[in-house]
Amino acid sequence: MAVGLGHYLTVAAILFTLGIFGIFLNRKNVIIILMSVELMLLAVNINLVAFSAFLGDLAGQVFTMFVLTVAAAEAAIGLAIVVVFYRNRGSIEVEDINQMKG
Amino acid sequence: MIIATFAFYLFAVVAVISAVLVIFARNPVHSVLWLILAFFNAAGLFVLLGAEFLAMLLVVVYVGAVAVLFLFVVMMLDLNTLNFREGFQTYMPIGLAIGGVLLAELVMVGGGWALTPEVQALRAVPVEDASGLTNTEALGHIIYTNYVYFFQASGVILLVAMIGAIMLTHRDSPNTKRQKVARQFARQPSDTLEVKKVESGRGI
Repeated sequence: MAVGLGHYLTVAAILFTLGIFGIFLNRKNVIIILMSVELMLLAVNINLVAFSAFLGDLAGQVFTMFVLTVAAAEAAIGLAIVVVFYRNRGSIEVEDINQMKG
Repeated sequence: MIIATFAFYLFAVVAVISAVLVIFARNPVHSVLWLILAFFNAAGLFVLLGAEFLAMLLVVVYVGAVAVLFLFVVMMLDLNTLNFREGFQTYMPIGLAIGGVLLAELVMVGGGWALTPEVQALRAVPVEDASGLTNTEALGHIIYTNYVYFFQASGVILLVAMIGAIMLTHRDSPNTKRQKVARQFARQPSDTLEVKKVESGRGI
C-alpha cells in the first residue's frame, strides 16, 4: 500500500491531538505545556509539508519555515516568562499562576 | 517503494510514541529528550516528502536551539518532580473525551483527503519537475523573490523575541557600579564642600 496524503494527515492529526491532551493533563508543569504547544506546531508543519509535496506547490514549505520561526520565538519568550515567574514565586505550577485573577 | 513505506511507518510510529512519552514522562528532562526524538522523526517524514531543506532546518532549529533551550530551563529551575502527576486522574476523562472527539474529526477530514485535478491550476509556486533544481535551490529562488517581505518580517520577529527574552530575564546585580553622568554634572560644590574657619590652637 503506497503512502498517500491521508497517511501524513493522520500522523499530523495524532500528534496535534497529543499536544492538546498534554495541555489538558498537565496542571503542574508549565514547561510540559510549552512542549505540547511545540508538538502541535510540529503537527501543523507536517500538514503543510505534506500538502506542499502532494500538490507540487512550494509555498507550503515556505510557510512551514515561517511557522518554524514563530515557534522558535514563542519558545524563547515562553521560557523567559517561566524563568521570571519561577524567580518571583519559586514554583511553576499552573495552579499557582493566578495573581492576575480579580 | 516498499522501503519508503516501511520508513514512513517507522518514522510515524516512533514520532507518535515519543510524543506520548513527552506528555507522560515523570521527569521533565526525559520529556525534553523524547521531544528531541519526535523532532528527529518528523524530520525523517519531511525527507520522505522531499522537503530536505526543511528537514535539516527542523533538526538545526528545533533540536539544536529550541530543545536545548528547554533543557537549559528545565535544568536551571529546581523542580519538584514528585507531584507533577497529581492532577492526572482529575483531568484524564475530559482530556480523553475532547482528544478523542478531535482526533476522530481530524482523521475523518484528513484520512480520506483526495486532491482534485482542478486544484493544480491554483498552485502559487508550482514545482517544475523537469527543472532539475534541488529542494533547497527551489526554496531559495522563491524565498528571496516572491516571499522576501515575509522573510524579512520573520527576521524581525526573531529580533523582537530575542530582545524580549533578554529584557524579561535580565536583572541588574546590586554590586555593579555604574557611572551616572547626569548626577556628576548636577553636583555643586555647596552640596559636598563646607569651608570652615578654624582658629589656631583649637579644633572644631
